[in-house]
Amino acid sequence: MLWAYTKRTGFYLLVIAIVVESVFPFYYAILTSFKSGTSLFEVNYWPTQISWDNYAAVFQNGSFPQNLLNSIIIATLTVALALLFAVTAAYALSRVRFRGRSLLLLTILSVSMFPQIAVLAGLFEVIRTFGLFNTIWGLIFSYTIFTLPFTVWVLTTFMRDLPIEIEEAAIVDGASPWVIITKVFMPLMWPALVTTGLLAFIAAWNKFLFALTFTSSNSTRTVPVAIALLSGASQFEIPWGTIMAASVIVTVPLVVLVLIFQRKIISGLTAGGVKG
Amino acid sequence: MAELQLKDVRKSFGVVDVIKGVSLDIKSGEFMVFVGPSGCGKSTLLRLIAGLEDITSGTLEFDGQVVNSLAPSKRGIAMVFQSYALYPHMTVYDNMAFGMQLQGGTKDQIKKRVENAAELLQITPYLERLPKQLSGGQRQRVAIGRAIVRDPKVFLFDEPLSNLDAALRVATRLEIAKLHHSMNNVTMVYVTHDQVEAMTLADRICVLRDGIIEQVGTPLELYERPQSLFVAGFIGSPKMNFLNGKFADAFKANTIGIRSEHIEIKDGAGIWSGEVVHSENLGSDSYVYVDVGSSEPLIVRQNGTTTKQLGDKVQLAPIGDSVHRFDASGKPIAH
Amino acid sequence: MTTEDTVIGALAVRPPKAMRSELFVSRTRAAMWFLLPMIVALAVVAGWPLLRTIYFSFTDASLSNIAAAKYVGFYNYLNWTTLKSGRTLWGGVLADPAWWNAVWNTVRFAAISVVLETIIGMVVALVLNADFKGRGIVRAAILVPWAIPTIVSAKMWGWMLNDQFGIINDIFLKLHLIDHKIAWTATGDTAMTAVLVVDIWKTTPFMALLILAGLQMIPKDIYEATEIDGIHPIKTFFRVTLPLVRPALMVAVIFRLLDAMRIFDLIYVLTPNSAQTKTMSVISRENLIDFDKFAYGSAESTLLFLLIAVMTILYIWLGRVNLDGGDR
Repeated sequence: MLWAYTKRTGFYLLVIAIVVESVFPFYYAILTSFKSGTSLFEVNYWPTQISWDNYAAVFQNGSFPQNLLNSIIIATLTVALALLFAVTAAYALSRVRFRGRSLLLLTILSVSMFPQIAVLAGLFEVIRTFGLFNTIWGLIFSYTIFTLPFTVWVLTTFMRDLPIEIEEAAIVDGASPWVIITKVFMPLMWPALVTTGLLAFIAAWNKFLFALTFTSSNSTRTVPVAIALLSGASQFEIPWGTIMAASVIVTVPLVVLVLIFQRKIISGLTAGGVKG
Repeated sequence: MAELQLKDVRKSFGVVDVIKGVSLDIKSGEFMVFVGPSGCGKSTLLRLIAGLEDITSGTLEFDGQVVNSLAPSKRGIAMVFQSYALYPHMTVYDNMAFGMQLQGGTKDQIKKRVENAAELLQITPYLERLPKQLSGGQRQRVAIGRAIVRDPKVFLFDEPLSNLDAALRVATRLEIAKLHHSMNNVTMVYVTHDQVEAMTLADRICVLRDGIIEQVGTPLELYERPQSLFVAGFIGSPKMNFLNGKFADAFKANTIGIRSEHIEIKDGAGIWSGEVVHSENLGSDSYVYVDVGSSEPLIVRQNGTTTKQLGDKVQLAPIGDSVHRFDASGKPIAH
Repeated sequence: MTTEDTVIGALAVRPPKAMRSELFVSRTRAAMWFLLPMIVALAVVAGWPLLRTIYFSFTDASLSNIAAAKYVGFYNYLNWTTLKSGRTLWGGVLADPAWWNAVWNTVRFAAISVVLETIIGMVVALVLNADFKGRGIVRAAILVPWAIPTIVSAKMWGWMLNDQFGIINDIFLKLHLIDHKIAWTATGDTAMTAVLVVDIWKTTPFMALLILAGLQMIPKDIYEATEIDGIHPIKTFFRVTLPLVRPALMVAVIFRLLDAMRIFDLIYVLTPNSAQTKTMSVISRENLIDFDKFAYGSAESTLLFLLIAVMTILYIWLGRVNLDGGDR
């Protein structure tokens, strides 16, 4: 009996440890963002003040709101484009038997394995040549290298799981592949599309290397780059309060989205990973 | 209504031959049942007729026209799937109307056909419901309704009753039989592994094994004159009793077969004697298992409840001229 | 019959080619059209730039004048000059100690992080697999590190690890684990540890979720059978659970490993200019963009790509992963 009790307590201690360890840094960032002035330089474990100074500073920074907008536009557009291309490709890859199908799937998977740095030089040239340097479109263009394989891979897995008899019934009814995709599969797949879109959005939002390399002015930068480059009045002053505030602004919507869609996200992640 | 002709049809999946040369004529308006054990190729054959699979070699003709290269929707067929395959996001009405909408029917034409079919199958109250709001039996009727709306020349059924429970299965079987009559005897091809379904529904049965036809004939022909050991053992429930060795020698055959309903327990002397080792009592009839010295006990059917107990010694004899004789290659020996 | 007759006869008797149904012809054709946009997009966005990078590595291209690049063979990879004194001076990426340092950092980082993430991820997955009140909260909690962008986590942890005002130093001092404030991200020895801590914090949820999916595929009655047989839970884990979750585990590990080898963001932001944490991606970009040794950086990028490619091929070949799209 004592052993069972100890086991139980141990288990719950472990659970608490996991939760605290996961959430604490974020909690602490929020805490810090509400501090201002010299209180920043004290270490506190609990909130001591709520000051909105840092948040104001973030928005007065000048380009941060623009950076937010850039990130939203870029992530949305690149995901939308990828989904468009991926839906039809996923149908072909999951429902039509043709020679070389497994090779193609393998190739798509391997593209997502490319180290970003390996294409950086080549992309740099392409972007400069087409005059896309320091533009939003340059980033949308380059982000496709990972949003596209990812969406194709996940959508293919989801489509593979749709029952084959429904498709056969549609074939008997005289539906062409395009009709099957639009009138039969899409209505059934929209949860999968939402999940895939969300996962791809989060990944695109996160991207740093391309944004760092292909933009050079504050007005075109995205949020990760903006935060990385946040600096204070002098060379030696790091505005931690402002950085934390910016971090919170950027993270809260993401965390909220992820929490709302957790079940879908978990099934999406594991569909791409485990069944692969 | 259409007449179907399969001429030496073969189907291979890669190196695996699934259909190994099937030639069959299905008469116009006939109810033909494909039956056989798992893996015999009956579903594959149906899908070849439907056009959902390519025929590797041989020809398939509808009313004399070769249809090998035609897409399913152009062959004039309709199919009822084992798991109904209804479009989950569409109402019953839309499910049934989908095919016609794709082919460009007018709203009125579609409405008329759908409502007629719904009336025929008594699903009119469900027209605005989604499939998930219906029971299994109702969904099956919608699937049949969808097929009716296509006004096909050939109706294809792929084990439509296997997902239903026993009582529903019997009721739906009756519906399908009635459907055949009420639809001016449309040609129907029906696949099942259940030989009771085959016997009750079919005009003719085609018994398949391992990708070839074992026998084609009316249910009665298959029952009374099986052309092979396999068919003899497949048709009829319980399975026909088989005896060989000295039992068969007595009848000048390699193997003899006799159905349980054709053996009687005699008061006096009989041809076989043995001991009762098991009995099954179903109320309407009973089955007595008698060990006569062969490898398996003989199953004897008795009307009502049997009086025989475990361990009783009994004498058995065939009723009338009902012993089937087979030679060494499993072919029947003529009387 | 002569040989020719036999051959002609055999050819004449051959059965005619199967008449392909127009269904399959039209479906295959549709599939090709459906795949075209994606293939073109990938070729333009990934295929071509990769080839260009590899090309640049064989030239003397520079950032300011890419077009004037001239072919120089393997010069960027390895070159040598023999001095009048007889000494040979080696140059090129393969002779560059900074490069090998980066390789070592990358391998070290990848190995340690993947091992730790797998173990901790397994523990978390096992916890989540159990049925207990508040399981939903735990699952939501572990998604938080995953949802936070890498740059933001780098900054958050950078703040916590700050030598003057950081909370980590405060906690450790209070627990008497250290006796003076440590500059975690700035000191050579501790920089890699800092990077590992943040990466493990951020990526363990991903591993945990993948492993959890694998765990959930194990039927519950197997555990019930072991309970009836009275097998100790630890033994059950090693003899039953682990072998059954191995496929999912292997997939998760390889994904993470390949990912870890490519790491850039975290190191660039958390420990910039630290030689102890510079990975291959970081040093490649440094040469490409910061130092304008464009061709040199391209060579380094190409080498990294080759390494990842070899690892991927090895994995697929050894694991004989079945990536067919299914039997439809």
